[in-house]
Amino acid sequence: MGQNAATTAFAPWNDPDANPLIRFENVTKRFGDFTAVNNLNLTVYEREFFALLGASGCGKTTLLRMLAGFETPTSGHILLDGQHINGVPPNKRAVNMMFQSYALFPHLSVWDNIAFGLRRTKMEKDEIGDRVQEMLRLTQLEPFGRRKPHQLSGGQRQRVALARSLAKAPKLLLLDEPLAALDKKLRQETQFELMDIQEKTGTTFVIVTHDQEEAMTVASRVAVMNKGNLLQVATPGEIYEGPNSVYVADFIGEVNIIEGTAKIVGPDELAIQYSENAPPIHAKIETEGFSDGQSVSYAIRPEKIGVSLTQDDPRPNKVKGTVIDIAYLGSTSTYHVRLDCGQMFSAQMTNVRRIEHREITWEDTVWLSWSNSAGLVLVK
Amino acid sequence: MNRPLSWFNITSLTLGFTFLYLPMVILIIYSFNASKLVTVWAGFSTKWYVRLLHDEQFLDAAWVTLKVAVCSSTLATILGTMAAYALVRMRRFPGRTLFSGMVYAPLVMPDVIIGLSLLLLFIAIGLDRGVFTIVLAHTTFAMCYVAIVVSSRLTSFDESLEEAALDLGCTPFDAFKSVTLPIIAPAVISGWLLSFTLSLDDLVIASFVTGPSSTTLPIKIFSSIRLGVNPEINALSTIMIGLVTVGVLVASLVSRNTIAKREREELEANLAPVTEPAMASVTEGVVRDEEIEDARASGARG
Repeated sequence: MGQNAATTAFAPWNDPDANPLIRFENVTKRFGDFTAVNNLNLTVYEREFFALLGASGCGKTTLLRMLAGFETPTSGHILLDGQHINGVPPNKRAVNMMFQSYALFPHLSVWDNIAFGLRRTKMEKDEIGDRVQEMLRLTQLEPFGRRKPHQLSGGQRQRVALARSLAKAPKLLLLDEPLAALDKKLRQETQFELMDIQEKTGTTFVIVTHDQEEAMTVASRVAVMNKGNLLQVATPGEIYEGPNSVYVADFIGEVNIIEGTAKIVGPDELAIQYSENAPPIHAKIETEGFSDGQSVSYAIRPEKIGVSLTQDDPRPNKVKGTVIDIAYLGSTSTYHVRLDCGQMFSAQMTNVRRIEHREITWEDTVWLSWSNSAGLVLVK
Repeated sequence: MNRPLSWFNITSLTLGFTFLYLPMVILIIYSFNASKLVTVWAGFSTKWYVRLLHDEQFLDAAWVTLKVAVCSSTLATILGTMAAYALVRMRRFPGRTLFSGMVYAPLVMPDVIIGLSLLLLFIAIGLDRGVFTIVLAHTTFAMCYVAIVVSSRLTSFDESLEEAALDLGCTPFDAFKSVTLPIIAPAVISGWLLSFTLSLDDLVIASFVTGPSSTTLPIKIFSSIRLGVNPEINALSTIMIGLVTVGVLVASLVSRNTIAKREREELEANLAPVTEPAMASVTEGVVRDEEIEDARASGARG
């Protein structure tokens, strides 16, 4: 995506001298018996667009609320710019939050909503006016300053919420599912707007979302959470191509997970036996530490598997199966193929031909093939 | 919904309204009666109204009632709002159910018991009975009505609004004052109006805790009825009915207009184009690049 160029240039997490803006040190948060966040360590750097991704109830919102000051950690420390902020109340933090419900003050105009935070500072009246005007311009809301929130459309409200939370020029902006209330098309447009504004203002953004596409689009790094634990923190590309666990692989995008036993067949190659009636899968490995007979999971993305009516494909992994189902998605089609041993695979192909010229159809016998570096071996 | 009314419906409506309003209509008609005898019609006259306006005793009682109602409803609104806020916001504290039950208990308590217990209390602490004690008594029982009205508004209140205020630099009190209070204001005002009317027409509790110099209008009316029904009282009642009717009409018209205006504005906001032209072209550019990238990527996959 358009992101890649920026990511290569901007990677403070690879720089050992970079100063982290936020540091979570062994942070745990319990609500009664329920552990929302479990002994978590995390650093976020200045100017990052950091996404916390996970299913609902995974602790991502609790993490955000601890940064905002609405919750205090049960144990551990949170540092903002090197300062301990555990006991600092929300109104004394250089952190602002954009709420999922937008939380616009219904009795105030757009202008007054944006000025609300500025009026609580020592800022002069003229300066407040200038700053509000600047925010209205940034979010393209100039004609709407005098309207009340209920006189705006959903997309406009979302921008008011953004303008209000950016008005005080916080060190850190927290966004709690900022786009969840918008419809799909508007959401995609707004994602780019958010990235644009983040770049223009240079503010560090931490966004909470359950939408993996959204996280991949906007974020410089993504943290995948499950049950209060941080599973993986990496750039969108690394998360997609190199998930470190079955959960992450499954959560981000579509994936075939095949359970089998490993057999070492070369210095950097495994053969994974998943069925008695099927040839083993050959997979390149980058890490050591696998042993013969170890049970492993093999993860491979559908788009990395080719479907063909012939077995001419030279790639080393090749199996025969029957097409059970075809999901036509316009630009691509996903084929659900059952092998003779019963294992299901899904494979995705770009529709280079018009649909009426498609060669493969239901009940066809097809060959699936993929290279030995296309998938990933994960230890259970 | 636009079905014509059936005969059954018309009959029940007529019966119901007759039952509700016939007594009042009779009262209003007889307030314009020239005769001193309440039950005999002797021609139209407004003399009872004129006489009422010169009756010092009634005017005094009206003044006392007004003072009591304003003071007690204001106090009850402040206390009731505070109680509602505490009960709704402080989610879990030991004895929360007990507390909320206790706030609402006076609703179902007979007036006689409230009046008697307050009287005993005032005697026990040696408080002279008068306007002040009536204010206290009315505050006590009106406050739970306010608490109910305000807490029902507070439960539907989006708490993230308060959090947003804190987040933007408000102290908790500032957040309450500049965000919560303006938003729950309609409930607070209707709580005030409710306690005002409750105080206006309370007879039982007031007669327990009243003193020699503090006769409220209901007490005055009740005691003069005992000496025989007086056409002046008909006139007074008619004035009160008139005031209440005007008040209710104005309130409902205002609220209906506000709701209609709001609905219209919301509709307009949603019909208007979501993004302005300038914005749309910017995003379109980005989307187009994105699509090209995507196409390339998926081309490479095959």
